[in-house]
Amino acid sequence: MRNAIRSGSIALALLLFAGQAAAQTIKVGSVLTLSGPNATLGENMDRAIKLYMKLNQDKLPPGVKVEVITRDDGGPNPDKAKQLSQELIVRDKVQFLTGMTWTPNAMSSAALATEAKVPLVIMNAGTSVITTMSPYIVRFSFTLWQSSLPMGTWAATKFKTAYVAVSDFGPGHDAEAAFTKGFTDAGGKIVGNVRIPLANPDFVPFMQRAKDAKPQAVFAFVPAGRQATAIMKAYGDLGLDKAGVKFIGPGDITTDEELPNMGDVPLGVLTVFHYSAAATRPANKAFIAAWKKEYGENATPSFMSVGAWDGMDGIYHAIREQKGKVNPEKSLELLRNYRNPNSPRGPIYIDPETRDIVQNEYLREVRRVDGKLANVELETVQVAVKDPWKLINKKK
Amino acid sequence: MEAFLASVVSVAFHGSALGMILYVISVGLSVTMGLMGFANLAHGVFAMAGGYILTTAISRFGVPFPLALVLAFVSVALGSVLLERFLYSRLYAASDLEQVLFTIGLIFIAVAVARFIYGTLQQPVVLPEYLKGQFPLLGRDFPTYRVFIIAFSAVMVALLWFGVERTRWGAMVRATVDNRAMAQSVGINTKRLFTLTFALGSGLAGLGGGLGAEIIAIQPTYPFENLVYFLVVVAVGGLGSLRGPFVAALLIGIADTACKYWLPQYGAFPIYVATIGILLWRPAGLFGRHA
Amino acid sequence: MSAHAGGYTADPRIRPIEWLPWIVAIAAFFALPDYLALGARILIFILYALSLDLIVGYAGIITLGHSAYFGLGAYVAGILSAKLGVTDPMVQLVAAAGAGAFLGLTTGAIILRTRALTLLMLTLAITSVLLEIANKATSLTGGADGLSGVVVAPVLGLFKFDIFGKTAYLYCLIVLFVGWWFVRRMVYSPFGTSLTGVRENSLRMHAIGAPVYWRLVLVYTLSATIAGVAGGLITQTNQFVGLNVLSFESAGELLVMLILGGVGRIYGAFVGPVVFLVAQDLLAKQFPEYWYFGIGVMLVLVVMFARGGVLGILDGILSRLRGKA
Repeated sequence: MRNAIRSGSIALALLLFAGQAAAQTIKVGSVLTLSGPNATLGENMDRAIKLYMKLNQDKLPPGVKVEVITRDDGGPNPDKAKQLSQELIVRDKVQFLTGMTWTPNAMSSAALATEAKVPLVIMNAGTSVITTMSPYIVRFSFTLWQSSLPMGTWAATKFKTAYVAVSDFGPGHDAEAAFTKGFTDAGGKIVGNVRIPLANPDFVPFMQRAKDAKPQAVFAFVPAGRQATAIMKAYGDLGLDKAGVKFIGPGDITTDEELPNMGDVPLGVLTVFHYSAAATRPANKAFIAAWKKEYGENATPSFMSVGAWDGMDGIYHAIREQKGKVNPEKSLELLRNYRNPNSPRGPIYIDPETRDIVQNEYLREVRRVDGKLANVELETVQVAVKDPWKLINKKK
Repeated sequence: MEAFLASVVSVAFHGSALGMILYVISVGLSVTMGLMGFANLAHGVFAMAGGYILTTAISRFGVPFPLALVLAFVSVALGSVLLERFLYSRLYAASDLEQVLFTIGLIFIAVAVARFIYGTLQQPVVLPEYLKGQFPLLGRDFPTYRVFIIAFSAVMVALLWFGVERTRWGAMVRATVDNRAMAQSVGINTKRLFTLTFALGSGLAGLGGGLGAEIIAIQPTYPFENLVYFLVVVAVGGLGSLRGPFVAALLIGIADTACKYWLPQYGAFPIYVATIGILLWRPAGLFGRHA
Repeated sequence: MSAHAGGYTADPRIRPIEWLPWIVAIAAFFALPDYLALGARILIFILYALSLDLIVGYAGIITLGHSAYFGLGAYVAGILSAKLGVTDPMVQLVAAAGAGAFLGLTTGAIILRTRALTLLMLTLAITSVLLEIANKATSLTGGADGLSGVVVAPVLGLFKFDIFGKTAYLYCLIVLFVGWWFVRRMVYSPFGTSLTGVRENSLRMHAIGAPVYWRLVLVYTLSATIAGVAGGLITQTNQFVGLNVLSFESAGELLVMLILGGVGRIYGAFVGPVVFLVAQDLLAKQFPEYWYFGIGVMLVLVVMFARGGVLGILDGILSRLRGKA
């Protein structure tokens, strides 16, 4: 009897060991917004993740699989996001945590990443301070300072006065501070500013305020998606364009997938951003083609899709280099030194010191291309922009 | 000075548009609560339904705008009759707690159904050409659609008031609100009266929801997000009254817009504080009948 | 017939079956180590539901604004830690309780003079005021981003709050035990009996000279204090405070939990959150729309057919079994 048990358990152990050597599954936890008013944001990220995985199965070491466990945070709900992250780490034992559509959600999960020693690859959230909240955070998306500071500097060459309207949360405050610094440092004058509540605002009173201050341009930042459409609508409804007030901002306000919903109002709006679906570089053309093939002719990826795409590339890179046997410290090391000259958005790399993304910023104008509105890249405003906020604050 | 005056006009204008919408939506709630003493927290569901019906009719089926408005009114009114006969009427004698719980349950159901059918996006509002753009009035430009909202709502309000003051139905409503037992003993069929009035109130809510879709966004969580506003209009205005909520709605609409415009750093804080103050001063509302 | 089912006896001694929840809780600690974070959450909501039951179930005050006290407790504990550097958990908890008591007393004294819709409206307005403040006072509360950087020192200097929630679970269990014991004592006291009198027939209570108003204010304050403690607990276990603690949606969910378990009886507040949060954990992730739909339908059905909630149904079954035996 004892022999049977012993041989049985040896057989079982061998089986398990063999099984482990044969197929290793790396678990990646993804916390995104897949429901609620902002569901399209998370959906675009999720689609990018799934498409990347589909097209890159052969890039993994033999016998290594990647499983992405997706959880829905329902929107900017830091409590819920933290709960989900905690469950992914403790219950599902993920080896990478990623996603993070919103800043509050990323911030609340930061401490967990540190305590559990799990690399947190940020695919969207754009507030500068996030990467300082945990040594395990690596950001693949963007920061508001990267786009809004060059925007301010450039805008001062075209406009003397500007009004600033931003959503009242992390990224909004960053955009406000960055633009103001860029604009005023270059000689412009801010004639007024307002912070709009994040939850469900009616933009008309705020845009009315902007109109009454009679600026030459309104710099606005609101979360991409439906809010961007709403503020664009308010801009049009109040006749600001006819009154000669130009609408400018970071690319969040004219995101590629929302443009079809905005009618003709956005024509001529100038933005500075790191990605446009209309970009003509080969890597982007291939990306768009693959996207449309998978999701239909009418589907367009957004900047969040690219953030997710590149984030997955980073994770796969870490897995490949470690030949499937991932170790948090090594993963972090590999992620920090990630370089990709051929992302759909152009050349990108991670700054090893700050673990934040470094990328080009482009000036774009909304124009009609092939009968549809698109963000046409006019020029590269700045090359290899490191997050200015960190540079400024380091000097202090 | 001129800039200040211009901004006052802006605030008054936008505030009135918001206030009118709030009133059209909430008046049904006020009359219903005064009439049958039923706390229908799910009233926002009717407004949301009207909004979805209107936007779907226009964008999916190409129904012209005026017809879509009528459609919103009629379909929500009919739907509410079904709800009332089959569900609400069983709970007229129930305790306050049960009514509150029941209506919260309805909200949850409605939110889930809306999310399921429409997904989570805000409904895009496509206006007919003649309602877009700017409308010149008294030397200034105002968004045409908001002018329309104010004008149309004013007409609806006038019709409503006329109906309540001059028709037999109106007299019956007023009698029942004043003293239900007495009204019943005089032979008024309160059951039928309530169904009719409930339908009218809900239909108006649907109309208001559709009309105001631009100002109060149509999305699945609509009944939760705007519950406080509707309740404030009714509580501050006074249950069972028609004019009270009108004044309250306008006050709230203008105050809310004024706060957003002049004191955006305080948000809606002043309104809630004012509501608390008014309710403590006059618990039955500004125009309420009995405490 | 009212929604307040039985469960009331005049005998204050603890019956053997009342030890069951605690045994289950301790067993869960050992049997389900991966789920302790959820467990801590359940314990906190039981405490929170108990506080709500005091006013809704026992005193008959209908409120949709109870999250004001919960949220205030949560933020006070959080701000004390993140902004003022006070990390001792006991101090944070006491502060949360104090804040809840203070707000409960001041608001209760003011609004309990009104009834029905006015009262309901006032509870909503008070919560809205707090929500706006939390939203706008970004430097203090973190606004929409939430308050990070909440540090809780190890309990008694020994037990650190870990990511698995072990310490949090036991800590919440102990606080819940204290809260439960206190509520139980109060409900079975003459004061508790008088509350039932107020709820069932306040006119008669006036007639016999019982001071209704002050009783209501007292129970409201006590309830707010307990809610504040629950709020402090959630901040300590999450080490984070978000605007969610003040939201109407979570106040509505709490009411659902209570009604699910059974209003007006202490253990309804135990059963409800367990059933709700476990079901939510299992179902809500896969099917968010169906989950909401399910809650709504359940509420409607409970109101129309099963007013005593789960415990009411159990009571019915038990009495029918006993009747047959």
